[in-house]
Amino acid sequence: MPTLTRWFLKAALVYLILALATGIFLVLPDANSIAGYFPVYFHMLTFGWLTQLIFGIALWMFPRYSSARPRGAEWLGWVTFILLNTGLILRIVFEPLHGAAPSHLSSWMLVISAFLQWLAGVVFVANTWKRVKEK
Amino acid sequence: MPRLSVYFVRASLIHLLLGFTAGGLLLANKGIMISPAIWGLLPAHIEFAFIGWMVQLTMGIAFWILPRFSGDAPRGNQRWSWLALVSINTGIALVVLDGLFGMPWLTFAGRGLELLGLAAFAIGNWKRIKPIGFHS
Repeated sequence: MPTLTRWFLKAALVYLILALATGIFLVLPDANSIAGYFPVYFHMLTFGWLTQLIFGIALWMFPRYSSARPRGAEWLGWVTFILLNTGLILRIVFEPLHGAAPSHLSSWMLVISAFLQWLAGVVFVANTWKRVKEK
Repeated sequence: MPRLSVYFVRASLIHLLLGFTAGGLLLANKGIMISPAIWGLLPAHIEFAFIGWMVQLTMGIAFWILPRFSGDAPRGNQRWSWLALVSINTGIALVVLDGLFGMPWLTFAGRGLELLGLAAFAIGNWKRIKPIGFHS
């Protein structure tokens, strides 16, 4: 298993644990009074866990780009990993803060988080597209 | 990777981009209000990201890696899975159009097509879920 895939998978497992812990927290009285926790919980599951797991496995298992560069531009995979996780961590920190007490900082951090996560998807697709091919 | 899986996976990557774009706009709009109309993208975001990206990717990979049959049709009758590809993508488009233009019958029809597509995929690949060495 390539190093990058291991990073994706281990990060995915961390988000799964965090999401399940947040799910327990959400059951507590008054936890839902802050608007940002439920979307954070949901996106830790679907984005941090599922999508990140898929990205890691796809980089490993999809048909080879070429014999010289089996996984295409591997640095783009690392860029995807950094963008995805930086964007998601910003969201995890600032969405509940924004829900509790909106500020100039939290507003812009959500915008930056949105852009980083979107860019992670674009870079992943750009790097993966040509590996989706007939044998 | 068989041709049908290529179509499924590439369609899922397109839906990933559309879902991420809608989701990015929704989150950015939560930070700095660009337009209240952006909240109308929520159904599209869910449909693209869940059905279009995750479910469709799973179907494409399943069609590729599930056990094959010996003989002329290693992946069984592929028409069922082609029907699934067309039906699911048409269904997603109809559900998204309802979210944008407010015509609820489109969601009804779209979800019906998604159900039809998933049922067709299950029928077409049911017998491929088998033990090693089992011939049927």
